[in-house]
Amino acid sequence: MAYNFKEVMNKTERLAPGHRMCAGCGGTIAVRNVLRGLRDEDKAVITCATSCLEVSTFMYPHTAWTDSFIHNAFENAAATCSGVQTAYSILKKKGRIDDTYKFIAFGGDGGTYDIGFQSLSAAMERNHDMVYVCYDNGAYMNTGIQRSSATPMYADTTTTPVGTVSNGKPQYRKDLAAIIADHNVPYVAQTTLLKNMRDLHEKAEKAIYTPGAAFLNVMAPCPRGWIYETAEIMEICRLAVDTCYWPIFEVIEGKWVLNYRPKNKLPIERFLKKQGRFRHLFKKGHEHLIAHFQAEVDKRWEALLVKCGGVGGTGGIGTLSHSTSQEI
Amino acid sequence: MSIRERLSGNEAVANAMRQINPDVMSAFPITPSTEIPFIFSSFAANGEVDTEFIPVESEHSALSAAIGAQAAGARSLTATSSCGLALMWEMLYVAASNRLPIALALVNRTLSGPININCDHSDSMGARDSGWIQIYSENNQEVYDNFVQAYRIAEHPSVRLPIMICQDGFITSAAVENIELLEDKEVKEFVGEYCPENYLLNSRQSQSIGPYAVSAYCMEAKRAQLEALKNAKQVVLEVAEEFAGISGRSYGLFEEYRLADADYAMVIIGSAAGTAKDAIDQLRADGQKVGMLKIRLFRPFPGEEIAAALKNARVIACMDRTESFNSQCGPLGAEVKNALYNAGQAPVVINYVYGLGGRDVAVENIASVYADLIGIDKTKDAGEKYRYLSLRD
Repeated sequence: MAYNFKEVMNKTERLAPGHRMCAGCGGTIAVRNVLRGLRDEDKAVITCATSCLEVSTFMYPHTAWTDSFIHNAFENAAATCSGVQTAYSILKKKGRIDDTYKFIAFGGDGGTYDIGFQSLSAAMERNHDMVYVCYDNGAYMNTGIQRSSATPMYADTTTTPVGTVSNGKPQYRKDLAAIIADHNVPYVAQTTLLKNMRDLHEKAEKAIYTPGAAFLNVMAPCPRGWIYETAEIMEICRLAVDTCYWPIFEVIEGKWVLNYRPKNKLPIERFLKKQGRFRHLFKKGHEHLIAHFQAEVDKRWEALLVKCGGVGGTGGIGTLSHSTSQEI
Repeated sequence: MSIRERLSGNEAVANAMRQINPDVMSAFPITPSTEIPFIFSSFAANGEVDTEFIPVESEHSALSAAIGAQAAGARSLTATSSCGLALMWEMLYVAASNRLPIALALVNRTLSGPININCDHSDSMGARDSGWIQIYSENNQEVYDNFVQAYRIAEHPSVRLPIMICQDGFITSAAVENIELLEDKEVKEFVGEYCPENYLLNSRQSQSIGPYAVSAYCMEAKRAQLEALKNAKQVVLEVAEEFAGISGRSYGLFEEYRLADADYAMVIIGSAAGTAKDAIDQLRADGQKVGMLKIRLFRPFPGEEIAAALKNARVIACMDRTESFNSQCGPLGAEVKNALYNAGQAPVVINYVYGLGGRDVAVENIASVYADLIGIDKTKDAGEKYRYLSLRD
């Protein structure tokens, strides 16, 4: 079905206002727009890992969720969601439920890349008809900005603090979308908050309505952890994509599709410069750190191009396939 | 009409599950409970049950998925042992707090380390404060009967809590005994349909489960949960009475064996109670006034009733099949002494640790405990009150 922005934006809001997420939080924007992937006539059960999202949207006796919602623990959103979905499957078979329900699990990167990884991997392998959405803000923000395996290299976090002999996190981030794609689930996509969110809307809808397991990795900046002016969130997301730090792609039934290729690949400094967590990289004498970061971005981007069947090299060939998202 | 069968404890519980035909089972293999999911999977594979089986990657996920399924409105269950239960620990509390009547078939096995696959009660005793109802079984018949009664207790509107039906690893789980099964139809009628009031897939009313509760609410939530657990005691008795009506087999909060006039009493849990009965019969034949109280319901702990049942005993042995590393008592010893103290009774209580990691418990071992109790009564010298039974030098 052709994408109709007005129609998508006129859908019923499923996360009610009045929750306690921070102003300028990328997680909330991600969640609200993922929920726009649901058809109005369908019901959903939302599962949530322990996270900022959970403690800020469901504080007894108030809930911001208009759909049914379950929070279980930190590391088991995928397993919990798989149980809910299995219950639906049997109760539907027994004729006890008439409505159509969809199943979406949300977790932050800590609850997804790290402590929830086993549960996620297994639920994906079992191919439950569910979508797992990671709102990836690149650290344990809820507990106060500790590094996770999603944290970018050299980020200043409270467990990789910058100090006289430390430049922040020594390692580059884990590529979770690729790992889940290697589970050969029907649909995997990576995106972030871009322009009018069309890419996120379309990927959410595909993920929700593709039968079987789907995984959506959404980069969702955190003003507290990344240290930026809240109004800059969309610009930061754009720079993540235009520097190729955060590539936008899909893996559909095992086929890798690059959704966007910047005409002019920007240097990584442009992305880093906007964020206080990388401030130390811009001190005199730290140029080699930025060069190192750039080399890692380049290496991964080249590898992605190969996976997507593109030509290597950094020449601007223009936007690749994906008929609906060329306007990123 | 009952069906005579020769079944192991695991087969007995798997058959109870088949007859109940629950909606969702999630499980992960661990010795000695593995047989339960694998027998049940074959029932599912052959269309003998409608249940959806989720072959999860860990016990943590087994209980997490069961919590999701039960919260969604499906009757759910799992089975495990030992480290599997330990891995579920975090979720045990959540299942109870969310008031989800999940049934768990526990085959008791010692917790590592050292790693050992045999029976003791360290797994379930460690989980005793998680808010679950705990019922223990002496033999294969009891395992079956207790499991058939499980959902009626757990799902009762005044309770709505998860329930753990425990049996001794290998001793009953693997040993084959003659037992009587009820007809499938009788079990289905007795257990009935699961009709929750509030659940995720209720299309008339969406629901949020598992909130963040600040200090203003958390304490009240725990207190309300305690009330539900306390209610379970009465429900256990009501369900047992109804069960006796269809099976002819009677159950209470605990079983008294030649206890009423006993001067020397033993309080014990699980399969060793059978051994104790033989020892008691022999000692009674010799004129010794010995008896036993076998725990059935451990959570909630029926302290007043137990104190009343022990009121005539002069010396009591509390038999703990676990070490709780506090240097003065085991969990059963602590509960019984607490109950006696609250009732204003002050008999001598000796707490024994026995049978750890599958250490055999024979009639003569139990007899030696009674000999100790009689000796203490004669000499009026209790000596060490926290002892190990059958410990090698």
